[in-house]
Amino acid sequence: MAATRSGWRYGLLAALLLAGGADAAVLPEDRADLLYHSYDGGGVEVSGPSLLVRKSLGDSVSVYGNHYVDTVSSASIDVLTTASPYADERTEQGAGVDYLRDGTTLSLAYTNSDESDYKADTVSFDISQDMFGDLTTVTLGYSQGNDKIGKSNDPAFAATATRQHYRVGLSQVISKNMLLALNLETITDQGFLNNPYRSVRYLDPLSALGYSYEPEIYPATHTSDAVTLRARYYLPYRAAVYGEYRRYGDTWGIDANTWEIGYLHPWRENWLLEFRLRQYSQEAADFYSDLFPRQQAQNFLARDKELSTFSSRSLGVTVSYDPGLHWNFIERTAFTLSLDHIQFNYEDFRDLTKAATPGSEPLYEYTANVLQLYVSLWY
Amino acid sequence: MRRAATPLLIVAALALGGCAIEPWVAPYERANLSDPIMSFSRDPVSASYMNHVHEVREGARGAGSAGGGGCGCN
Repeated sequence: MAATRSGWRYGLLAALLLAGGADAAVLPEDRADLLYHSYDGGGVEVSGPSLLVRKSLGDSVSVYGNHYVDTVSSASIDVLTTASPYADERTEQGAGVDYLRDGTTLSLAYTNSDESDYKADTVSFDISQDMFGDLTTVTLGYSQGNDKIGKSNDPAFAATATRQHYRVGLSQVISKNMLLALNLETITDQGFLNNPYRSVRYLDPLSALGYSYEPEIYPATHTSDAVTLRARYYLPYRAAVYGEYRRYGDTWGIDANTWEIGYLHPWRENWLLEFRLRQYSQEAADFYSDLFPRQQAQNFLARDKELSTFSSRSLGVTVSYDPGLHWNFIERTAFTLSLDHIQFNYEDFRDLTKAATPGSEPLYEYTANVLQLYVSLWY
Repeated sequence: MRRAATPLLIVAALALGGCAIEPWVAPYERANLSDPIMSFSRDPVSASYMNHVHEVREGARGAGSAGGGGCGCN
């Protein structure tokens, strides 16, 4: 299987290098975005700023830098049942460069993420080629990540994980009003992959609650495949509709489907409205259980709700306003407010804050609100 | 055998990019496609953030619109 995967990767790379006849591509726009983000749901509040600045250097190079902060305050269902509420901060710094030559764009990026008990470094390389008279763009990418995991209540704990991403993308002009994009990504992880704080519960007749906890144990390897198909269509009165579908599967037994549809509507000269619906559903990992029958019931154990069977639905709206301001080197500005409301419904993860016979507690569910407020400058 | 032939077929098909192919959408017909509302990544800073929001709460990952490191999800 691994040989087959390598085969098509090298095949696509060779094809990309052989293909010619492409017209000139373009570099991304020079722009700066300052974003304030806020997530509030399930007892978790995460907020902070993000700054993304991109600038071209001459006609063939564009560089960018990103600074991102998550300030976390958590009293989630996991924390309430097995630990104490906590606060933490995660800072992410990133930088990248794009080099354009004829119809080929080479991209190199580095990202560092730092929080008190988790550090991650990721290096990415992508090559993109326009072909068939600029109607088709093929992209190949690879990323490698190295993570260092600690544990705040155990200074002696130290673990590592490595991650490798392989990406292939194809974007295609279908007609003068329609675009399609197909993306495939395989990700392989190796090392310490579970959360060092989380526990699983098992039936324990000696416990007053009827159950006890023991640490999670995940496999040390994880490989996933995802394929996403996107379509976007331009409507005759200057508006656009889009749709997106992602199919996902991995070696832990998780199968997931994601659907998203949206509509963009420019209004008057200065406004842009967007409405979207997103549906996500997944089947649980093979080693997930809300309640194991006994201690060490199997070699791998998880009661992480992100690995359970659940679905979520979200409704989002974005309003963007361009006041027509331009001065000095600033060519355009925009102010954007975006809101998403998400409903999570778990099918085999129970709410242990409600006392009941073990295994018959009500199923857990919660809603979350996601706010983004940002200003964008083009220069 | 069929799988082994797939990379060669892809190479052959894409190598045809070196030949002259008449674009079925001419450059002067691409005004609608170049409108910002047709961009798959209109606001990268927002797309990257929403990708992170989903990935830390869902089992699925990858083939999204943006990348990033770290977790922030404990």
